[in-house]
Amino acid sequence: MRAIQYAAPSTVEDAVAILAEHGSDARMLAGGTDLIVQVREDARDTGVFVDAKQIPELMELSVNADGSTTLGAAVPCYRLYNDAQFTASYPAVVDAARIIGSTGIQGRASVGGNLCNSGPAGDTIPPLIVHSAVCNIAGPDGARTVAVEDFCTAPGRNVLADGELLVSLTLPKPPAGSGSHYLRFIPRNEMDIAVVGAGASLELDGDSITAARVSLGAVAPTPLFVQAAGDALIGLTADEDSFAVAADIARDAASPIDDMRGTIAHRKQLSYVLTQRALRGARARAQGGSPTNGH
Amino acid sequence: MATEIQSGKVHVQTTINGESVDFLAEPRESLLEVLRDNLGLTGAKEGCNNGNCGACNVVMDGVLVNSCCVLSVEAAGASIETIEGVASPEGLHPLQQSFLENAALQCGVCTPGFIVAAKALLEENPNPTEYEVRWWLAGNLCRCTGYDKIVRAVLDAAERMRAEA
Repeated sequence: MRAIQYAAPSTVEDAVAILAEHGSDARMLAGGTDLIVQVREDARDTGVFVDAKQIPELMELSVNADGSTTLGAAVPCYRLYNDAQFTASYPAVVDAARIIGSTGIQGRASVGGNLCNSGPAGDTIPPLIVHSAVCNIAGPDGARTVAVEDFCTAPGRNVLADGELLVSLTLPKPPAGSGSHYLRFIPRNEMDIAVVGAGASLELDGDSITAARVSLGAVAPTPLFVQAAGDALIGLTADEDSFAVAADIARDAASPIDDMRGTIAHRKQLSYVLTQRALRGARARAQGGSPTNGH
Repeated sequence: MATEIQSGKVHVQTTINGESVDFLAEPRESLLEVLRDNLGLTGAKEGCNNGNCGACNVVMDGVLVNSCCVLSVEAAGASIETIEGVASPEGLHPLQQSFLENAALQCGVCTPGFIVAAKALLEENPNPTEYEVRWWLAGNLCRCTGYDKIVRAVLDAAERMRAEA
């Protein structure tokens, strides 16, 4: 790896000061499972690594007075599936945390890092979108918030300006009678990048859908919030006919590319099938059960 | 006080297998490079050097990690457990014994990673199913055995360790 500088600030203010001084040459280091490998393999030229893990706000995982949850940007995946309350509240996020890389990766890799890496196939991003998560960003000009669906702007790019960092994510309290699920298609059983990923959340009143959100990964330059698919479900019964309506919209919204992992036609069809399955899993959880597909 | 930005050779104090250790390393060096090249702990292996293969697995502050994806300077103040700390003066760890008896290795390059990872599994879950063993070890690649003997060795060790507990 090229020579680098390293800093481990203990406050957000110090981190912002270092990031602001070094501009695009500096980058936050959370779990390093993307950043260290990218710099080692010359896929990214970062000269100043700013360690996130000594900053309490970036390592926080806590429930707020209003029932929402604050997820620090550098909290590693394993802490999520070892947290019963988080798992019960945000199961789609935990579905993703369990399937990113291996056990050893999940010991370091974070949801915030996955989001800031801003890959179109980032597994945690559709789950954050269906849970209406919001990014809490700090920078030289103060703090601001951005909805997760508006965070990524292109493959590997996002709204963070020089000097800014993602401090945490706020996940609203899930309503009673709601559930969520995320799953992906890969040609192996584990340790792979999504050909397509799909997340869904449902809020039910009996069998009737009162709110729904659908999001797809790896079918566009950024993870996709398919708002029309969720909106179309409101007022409908949570059954196969309704899910097919949403899945049709999701397939139409997908604009994938052909690459080594899959063709456009395959990814379009997967968008349909995985949306159906994500909705079935979300329904099962909203009704107190668990998905029968995926892991 | 503004945070110090470290470069060049950095003095790092850490704990490895229960012993206090000091080393000098550049921030660009990985924990794996320091273990092998600076400290002579060559049990952890460099397989892929990008987080795919698990041959460099160590436990850092109680959590299984790939030491190739940890910067040397991140070890400051941490507690690191490597394959060198698995056996005791009394003899091999039950996992090591079980790997031998079940012929769970051929060339042996992946074995330290498998044993460190399996030990972390059994400390968290002393009675895993075969599925749970395979899932936990999905990040450890072996090109010799076909995995089956490794999985059987881990299940066998788990049974022995439960019997001894």
